Amino acid sequence: MAELNTDAGGGKKKGSGKVRSKKGNNKVDLTAMVDLAFLLITFFMLTTSLSKPQSMNLGMPDKQKKDQPEKDIEVADDRTMTILLGENNKVKWYMGQFTSPLEGPEDSSYGKAGIRQPILEKVKSVPAKYGDPKKGLIVIIKLDKKTNYKNMVDILDEMAIAKVPTYAIVDLTKEEKALLDNND
Amino acid sequence: MAVKTQKKAGAIDMTAMCDVAFLLLTFFILTATAKQPEPLTVETPNSTVQTKLPETDLATLTVGDGKVFFGVLGRDVRERTLEMMGIKYGIAFSPEERQRFALMDGFGVPIANLKQIIAMTGSERNQQGLQPGIPKDSLNNELKEWIYNARMANIELHQQELKFAIKGDAKLEYPNIKKVMDILQDQEVNSFNLVTGLRGENF
Repeated sequence: MAELNTDAGGGKKKGSGKVRSKKGNNKVDLTAMVDLAFLLITFFMLTTSLSKPQSMNLGMPDKQKKDQPEKDIEVADDRTMTILLGENNKVKWYMGQFTSPLEGPEDSSYGKAGIRQPILEKVKSVPAKYGDPKKGLIVIIKLDKKTNYKNMVDILDEMAIAKVPTYAIVDLTKEEKALLDNND
Repeated sequence: MAVKTQKKAGAIDMTAMCDVAFLLLTFFILTATAKQPEPLTVETPNSTVQTKLPETDLATLTVGDGKVFFGVLGRDVRERTLEMMGIKYGIAFSPEERQRFALMDGFGVPIANLKQIIAMTGSERNQQGLQPGIPKDSLNNELKEWIYNARMANIELHQQELKFAIKGDAKLEYPNIKKVMDILQDQEVNSFNLVTGLRGENF
């Protein structure tokens, strides 16, 4: 592939005449230089495209004006999944209403083996149950005050991975906070 | 004779390849932007989402350690924002100060101390812990004014609604972020970008 033999001495190779070694001598070996150049090119190519920070879009619902009456949106129990996030990476989830959950409340954790499994399962099972792909899962994410920002991004990321059609971030109620704090 | 011809075939002229390689190398070195020093360094959390941040009409709110820093892209927008803030708070900024401010990427001081920060050199300004953050409590909500005026300036100059990115520290507690999101939502900015690093799906 490359010209390796740049030694001036033809003495290394037995049998080759001195005349031939002098002929090949006027070429400089560029292999190492090209190698280095391509290494640097690769480095700069990768860093320029990766250094641009990634971002995640988050759309929040319109804020309700304080003097306006609260609008309740009725949603089927078996379509809503509530995920509670607390301090020290605590995660709990349940289906349906808090007072009469259809499933759970169940402890979970972040990541592939944790909360992602029930979410993925529900994302598939809910539209199947209704026989209508538009009636997908609704996830309500409730964050405690002690929850850190990393966990918030983690759970939003899970939403993106599982392609949950509808999700919202809401504050925790007192009862739910008690549930998070009590049994650990 | 046969042995000699085979040896000759092994040598390839690499001059052209070397030329191309270095041309590309030069191009990438020149286009690469050096990382700007930041007055408030935050460690962003990671996500799998691969949306890039918009490159224009963007304001970044850096939140970390209970402080909020504010920065807008575009020198013209920065200058106009400062002008509008000056009118609002009754502080006159000289054209020189405005020009220096237009070169600042982000800052985090109450507007009363802004002149001192503008007068500093870049390295003095970016010392960690020097700038106390922009006041954002209900009595003195300067952050709200900065956001509002930057939006107005951007609409005036670029005829486009300003987009907002929130760059939060991973260890930050949720109310700090919520406070910033609330200020944005009060102005009916309901969509924003959360700046994150990149990771794979298997975590």
